[in-house]
Amino acid sequence: MNATVVSAGFLTSVQDLGRTGFRQSGVSTGGALDAHAMRVANALAGNDDNAAGLEATLGKLRLRFEDERIVAWCGGAFTVRIGDENLPPGHAGLIGAGDELVMAAPNEGSRGWLAISGGIDVPLVLGSRATDLRGNFGGHDGRTLRDGDVLPLGKHGDLEIAAPWISEWSAPAPWAVTEYRERFLRIVKGANWDAFTAEAQTSLVTASFTVTADSDRMGARLDGPNLDRNEAGDLLSEAVAPGTLQVPPSGQPILLLGDCQTIGGYPKIAHVITVDISIAAQLWPGDRVRFHEVALAEAQQLFLERENDFARFRVGLDLHRS
Amino acid sequence: MRIEPLGDSALLVRVVEEFHPEKSLDAVLRATRQLEAAAIPGVIELASAYSTVAVFYDPARIISFEEFKTQIEYALHTSLEPARPRAGAVPAIEVPVCYENEFAPDLGDVAQHAGLSEDEVVRRHSSARYRVNCVGFTPGFPYLTGLPAELATPRRATPRTEIPAGSVAIGGAQTGIYPSKSPGGWNVIGRTPLRLFDVKQEPPAMFQAGDRITLRQISREEFDSLRQ
Repeated sequence: MNATVVSAGFLTSVQDLGRTGFRQSGVSTGGALDAHAMRVANALAGNDDNAAGLEATLGKLRLRFEDERIVAWCGGAFTVRIGDENLPPGHAGLIGAGDELVMAAPNEGSRGWLAISGGIDVPLVLGSRATDLRGNFGGHDGRTLRDGDVLPLGKHGDLEIAAPWISEWSAPAPWAVTEYRERFLRIVKGANWDAFTAEAQTSLVTASFTVTADSDRMGARLDGPNLDRNEAGDLLSEAVAPGTLQVPPSGQPILLLGDCQTIGGYPKIAHVITVDISIAAQLWPGDRVRFHEVALAEAQQLFLERENDFARFRVGLDLHRS
Repeated sequence: MRIEPLGDSALLVRVVEEFHPEKSLDAVLRATRQLEAAAIPGVIELASAYSTVAVFYDPARIISFEEFKTQIEYALHTSLEPARPRAGAVPAIEVPVCYENEFAPDLGDVAQHAGLSEDEVVRRHSSARYRVNCVGFTPGFPYLTGLPAELATPRRATPRTEIPAGSVAIGGAQTGIYPSKSPGGWNVIGRTPLRLFDVKQEPPAMFQAGDRITLRQISREEFDSLRQ
């Protein structure tokens, strides 16, 4: 069975948790920019964590379903409707055969992740269903969705509920909608922290930075005080990762996101911690952001706590369903 | 050898402090094989480049960073089975390159910068021997060392918004080949008809770090006939 893309919206692509194992061939992880939001939506829809769903940027997405499916979404402050029913973030909803799901433009934030029971059944490419928009492979023909596209859906379990139906239970609120109002991103020091001037180090954690227009899934370019180094000069390229805050010669930092290149030559002043990538994934031109330094051990503790919370959430969902 | 964090879910092993085109690469390849052989729990994947190997890991599967770092250090001090390095024993891969004007918008600039004729730039570029230092930037993009020093040309002040797939280019002291259409700031001096990245191949990139490469100048006719 399929879902038809009645309206593809501004920029919508098929994404899962990303591609691993091919960095040595220059292939970045990609996948949902907020992988945590994607897996929470998948859990609500009764899918495996890594099932393929949709990443919708700025919404305006309309899908029509051929058969009954459970759908769920997380991310920015969107309004999503199944027919006339409102589907709140972090809740599961049943959509009937022939019904339409509409994701309107967000009030705040920029991206939302929609999971559909059974997942989007596009072929695995290099072990993943994620769309690599730079390499033009994976997902739906290696590209963003267009009006009229037909998405094959995978098999799912029995749905013994009548449409329309919205679950009373939900995902924890901070997971359902990213707390975008407080755009404080926690960072750990980068490999080249010491190469920056004391002023630059202070500016990074005290000043506010504005996201500029030339930002995309590769990275958010930031405008703020110049982050200067003690000595200019070229560095050898080395690995970078989503969350890396690199500083080109202009002194204006770039926060790398999921589609970033695998290696880069700009100095790395800091890295946004993994649990705060969810906030980074909502940034949009004009947004302001600040940074706050934490220790590596704290960043990893926060990650571990979220993993444990997510494991408990999955167990809780199973209890609700049984 | 130094190990430092690369965010909260990766670390960088600085295998050598001073970069040397051949020696550093061999040391990095060796460290990569040591880490692969160790199969340390929690390790997701590796990414090598020039003088470093990055180790991506799952922070939920390690006890602590210090403990994990110790495991990495141990692996890097474990001797390997006598290896058959891909480089050295294996013959160089020959890459056909057409340097005709329509594929070489920046050949004039490179020639001017080097103080050589365009023909001489092509002759020297196509007769040098190269080695793949790493693959990255875009899927399958090989960074080659071995560019004759006189051909080194600074990156363009304004990057081009679109460089065609197969373009052979010079960026500083390096040369590389764009596997797919992409923006880029390197000086384009030729084009290969080969397909450098194919998701149906295993591995998907035609080149791997350590490979030796030679270039062969071809005509426009041969370019067309080789084009896949």
